[in-house]
Amino acid sequence: MLTLEFIPYTEIANLDSESRIKKLINVVKQEKIVLLEGRLKEEEETELIKKTMEAITDKFTGIELGVINPQEKDTSFYQTVQKVLARILLGKREGFTIIGPANIVKQIKKDPNKIQLFTKDSNKKKKSKMKK
Amino acid sequence: MNYIIMINIFKRILDSFFSRIFRGKKKARLGLYGPPNGGKTTLANKICQDWLGEDMGTTSNIAHETREIQIKEQITIKSRGKELTFNLVDTPGIATKIDYEDFLKHMSAQSAKTRAKEATKGVIDAIKWLDDMDVVIVVLDSTLDPYSQVNITIIGNLQARNIPVIIAANKIDLKKANIKRIESAFPQYKVIGISAKLGTHIDEFYEELIKIS
Repeated sequence: MLTLEFIPYTEIANLDSESRIKKLINVVKQEKIVLLEGRLKEEEETELIKKTMEAITDKFTGIELGVINPQEKDTSFYQTVQKVLARILLGKREGFTIIGPANIVKQIKKDPNKIQLFTKDSNKKKKSKMKK
Repeated sequence: MNYIIMINIFKRILDSFFSRIFRGKKKARLGLYGPPNGGKTTLANKICQDWLGEDMGTTSNIAHETREIQIKEQITIKSRGKELTFNLVDTPGIATKIDYEDFLKHMSAQSAKTRAKEATKGVIDAIKWLDDMDVVIVVLDSTLDPYSQVNITIIGNLQARNIPVIIAANKIDLKKANIKRIESAFPQYKVIGISAKLGTHIDEFYEELIKIS
């Protein structure tokens, strides 16, 4: 069974980078797929990869990570300033971040506007159904 | 007016400012970064063969062949009457997972376990070294989808750190190679299609390297 845990941005907004990453990795290590509102800072994304590597064991083989951002097309100068100010004051709340345990999530495939998640379990189920 | 273009122009000016620091450094570091199996060590070997007459490291088709940071000091490259001296840093491929089962297809359980352990340490070391780079070549396999989160994270980080970047779209000798797909994924950077294995467009690559530094 796949479990998806939604984490609203408000839940990580007041945490420092280390606590944010720790929280996310802890959820993923429970074999849950995290759907985080917004995204981490660039440095935090790298730190997430680093901390994931440090947490690798026989059971936890890593993560699959995907970030989807809304496209910013032809926004006016006023809108751009508004967005930059909102990011400074409120954090990166736009878009979504998906983090899944690598032993469950096979691949997160994306192009700029859509995201697809392929799980290892669903493949197995498909195969077993075909055998029947 | 597209403000993203304005931001990119501003970023290029900043890059240019920061890259000037590179010229003055005696031990400027040029890092090769990217996901596993993109051809970083093949490119490192090509650079070392061209300018030092020796290899830098071993290559293979199995992911995570390079699991330790490797450095070649004082490489001087020349192009169109200009030259550039740097220390070349070849880094292990950055990944979000270590596929032990994939290693098992190629080696014994014990070797696969050791390789997995070394690979995790390699990724950590590669990330730790990011801050010490003066210029980075991101080596991508041009036959693969460039929109992987690892690629976006590496490039986003370099952008946030204001480190000048060239993207080497490697393996253009293969049929499935698609440079345009990489160019549209990362329009803010210069993308050069190369084949590190065959040396295709390597002169253009050296020329761009001197230009950006």
